[in-house]
Amino acid sequence: MPLLNLNAYLGIEPDALKVYSQRADVLAANLANADTPGYLARDIDFRAALAAAGSQGEALQPAMTGAGGLTAAALTTANANITADGSNVSTEQFLKYRVPLAPSLDGNTVDSQMEESQFAQNTVRYQAALTFIENRFSELTTAITGGQ
Amino acid sequence: MADFNIFNIAGSAMSAESVRLNTVASNLANADSVSSSPNTAYKARYPVFQAIQSSLMSPGGVADPTQAANAAVKVSGIVQTTAPATASYQPGNPLADANGYVYSSNVNVIEQMADMISASRSYQNDVQVLETSKSLMLDTLKLGQI
Repeated sequence: MPLLNLNAYLGIEPDALKVYSQRADVLAANLANADTPGYLARDIDFRAALAAAGSQGEALQPAMTGAGGLTAAALTTANANITADGSNVSTEQFLKYRVPLAPSLDGNTVDSQMEESQFAQNTVRYQAALTFIENRFSELTTAITGGQ
Repeated sequence: MADFNIFNIAGSAMSAESVRLNTVASNLANADSVSSSPNTAYKARYPVFQAIQSSLMSPGGVADPTQAANAAVKVSGIVQTTAPATASYQPGNPLADANGYVYSSNVNVIEQMADMISASRSYQNDVQVLETSKSLMLDTLKLGQI
C-alpha cells in the first residue's frame, strides 16, 4: 500500500508560506528603517525564491511515485531529501534593491506607503496559503474518518 | 518571521522612534528656555538612526546566513544642532548678561511638531507590523485544529 507523502500532498503552499514569512521580515526591516539615512529598501524576488524552494520540494517526488511497497532504499532517499529540505533557504540571493519612486535627500529609499501596502498584500497571501493548507488537512481528516 | 526575528526588527524600530519622540519632547519643553550666554543656551537635539544587521543582535553575534537580509535599527547617537542661539534684549531678566541680553534656544517649534508627527506615524507603522505578524503566527500555530 503506497504511503501518503504529506509534502507532495500539500503541494507548493508550505514553500510559499516560507517565502511569504521571509518576505514579511524584509518588509518589516524596510519599515523599521523608514527614517534611517542612507538605508536602501529591499524586497524578495518572489518568483525566483519560490522557484528555488519549489525545486527543492520536487526532489521529494520520486520517493512517492515508486509503485507498490516502499522499499528501504526509497525510504532512505526520502529521509535524506527531507533533511536537505529542512535546512532553510537563504533569502540573500533573492534580495533586490527597490527602484525608488522619489528618493529623499538623505539617501533613504523607503516609501512607507508602498511598504505598508506590500506588507498588507503579503499578509493576505500568507493567510490564503494557510487556508489552503488547512483545507488540505480537513480533506485528509474527512478521508480518514469517512466523512463521519 | 518564523523565528520571531520580526519582533526584534519592529521592536528596535519602536524603541528608536520613542527615543526620537523623547528628544522632540525635550526640545519643545526647552523651546522658551533662556540663558545668559550663547554657549549655555539650549540646543535642539536629534537622534541619529543607523541600520544594523539583526545577526549582530542575536546572542553571541553568530551570523546566520538566512537572517543576513534583515536590518533592525538603532540610535547610534544624539547630536545637537549648531544653529546659533538668538539673542534678545531683556534687561529686566535676572539671567541677562552685562549688556542686557538673554540667549534663547535654537529650537524651531514648527520643525519639532513635524518631526513629532513623522515619529508617531512611523511608530504606528511598526506597531501595525507587530500586530499583523503576531496574528499570522497565532493562525499558523492553530493550523490543523478543527
